[in-house]
Amino acid sequence: MIPATTGSTMISVSRVSKTYGSGAAAVRALDDVSLSVSRGEIFGVVGQSGAGKSTLIRTINSLERPDSGSVLVDGREMTTLSGAELRAARHNIGMIFQHFNLLSSRTVQANVELSLEITGAGRPARRARALEILELVGLHGKAQAYPAQLSGGQKQRVGIARALASSPSVLLSDEATSALDPETTRQILDLIRELSKDLGLTVLLITHEMDVVKRICDSAAVMSGGRILEQGPVDQLLTTEKSLLGQALFPLGEIPETSSAVVEITFNGVTTDRPVIAQLARKHGIDVGILGAAVETIHGRQTGRTRLELPGDELTVAGAVEDLRSQGLFVEVIK
Amino acid sequence: MIDRNDPYFWADLLDTILKGTGETFYTVGLSLLFTVIFGLATGVLLVATEAGGLLSKLFGSRALGFFVNRVLDVVVNIGRSVPFIILMILLIPFTRLLTGSFIGPTAAIVPLTIAGIPFFARLVEIGIREVPVGLVEAAQSLGATRWTILTKVMVAEAVPALALGLSTTVVGLIGYSAMVGAVGGGGLGDVAFRYGYQRYSPEYMFGVVILLVLLVQVFQSLGNFAARRLSHR
Repeated sequence: MIPATTGSTMISVSRVSKTYGSGAAAVRALDDVSLSVSRGEIFGVVGQSGAGKSTLIRTINSLERPDSGSVLVDGREMTTLSGAELRAARHNIGMIFQHFNLLSSRTVQANVELSLEITGAGRPARRARALEILELVGLHGKAQAYPAQLSGGQKQRVGIARALASSPSVLLSDEATSALDPETTRQILDLIRELSKDLGLTVLLITHEMDVVKRICDSAAVMSGGRILEQGPVDQLLTTEKSLLGQALFPLGEIPETSSAVVEITFNGVTTDRPVIAQLARKHGIDVGILGAAVETIHGRQTGRTRLELPGDELTVAGAVEDLRSQGLFVEVIK
Repeated sequence: MIDRNDPYFWADLLDTILKGTGETFYTVGLSLLFTVIFGLATGVLLVATEAGGLLSKLFGSRALGFFVNRVLDVVVNIGRSVPFIILMILLIPFTRLLTGSFIGPTAAIVPLTIAGIPFFARLVEIGIREVPVGLVEAAQSLGATRWTILTKVMVAEAVPALALGLSTTVVGLIGYSAMVGAVGGGGLGDVAFRYGYQRYSPEYMFGVVILLVLLVQVFQSLGNFAARRLSHR
């Protein structure tokens, strides 16, 4: 079920606004928000709590109605749908939650089957599909357990299975890993990434954890005060000067007092096995100092930023920067 | 005064108390049936029709939802605040209209049900309020209808609390039924009043009291047991 039209738009939010309350107590949760998610990609919206992320993701499946603007999912306008049409549209949009929201009275299998009872599948079909999807999320053998008997990571796997049982083309993730420990978070994110690839699923997730964006997002948006400050493919944002996302993903801290030139290099997977800094020192005779570094290997690609101190005259520094850029590195001269 | 030395004294006592127990079961059983049906509906509506609730826009009308919510709330409060003995008397014309009489076990069902419904409705309301709102949201995100959410999420998740509420209601109804019995509703209350009180027989009085204590114990334990078994939290 790989989408034939990768690259076309799956979710299109345009000029959406939403205000809670009125008068002096009014809170503008969404302020003229526009967003575009391509088919098959994983799109992350990051921001502090209260930034409007939650409201935004709820407008996608119309749990929240915006005051104005348009929300298109798979070509269907969500803001005006109601009744049976809205329910049918929601069958195509799965959602997972921070606190899992599983029914405590039902077994794992019955929780997944709820999704299929709602779409009207018969008992044998429900059972077969539930077991199949549980296998897919790695919960083989847990079908008859109750949610209270599972760990957090297993509960979220049930949540994912329930959301995907009706074979939706979109998955919404509302802080799905925020209640999990780092190791479990990693496993759940890898699962989402895997499922997204295998099923051709478009994923829109909101999170306050930068690691989530680093680990699985193709594209991202930064939200604050109900507005989107920047958005785009993660690798592009990283190599954009003064990018908020770049700074948030790979923070380098304060720039110290120094008389030398300071540059920041963004690694984006292109130079994994080349010793950039050592070469720089040797070739240009500069005593390179490392002022800060935030580099990680993600999916086999070295990604991150390094802040270097380059002592020496202007010409030497300019030559070095030129050299770095010629290697395809993104270099910002800070001072 | 009953003659304790009558050779048939204990046989009569057993007979009378068994007959009274049978009547109490009949009266309480049927009242409970109606109480559960109407009390469950009322309790669910109380939660669902409040502002922001699943049925806050009843039949598409916010005003109707609000109206139903207020009316139910006030009616339930009235039902809960009128002392049962007064309620019983106030209901005599209504009871006569429904059952043709206001004396006897069948007539007793009417005031018991009317008192039981608001009592159980509040317990249902408490139980359903404890179901996390996130579960409703999850079901909505799956495209569930409101009926599905009400039955398969809100009520289904509240079942352990409902079992406890049910046993509390049974105990309450047994107590009320003894009161109805004292004014002609039959059952154990009738036995205690006519034989134990009016005819000064401590044997009858204690027999009835012991039986009532046992009944309450049994039903409360059954409720606790059921709630434990049904809860998977």
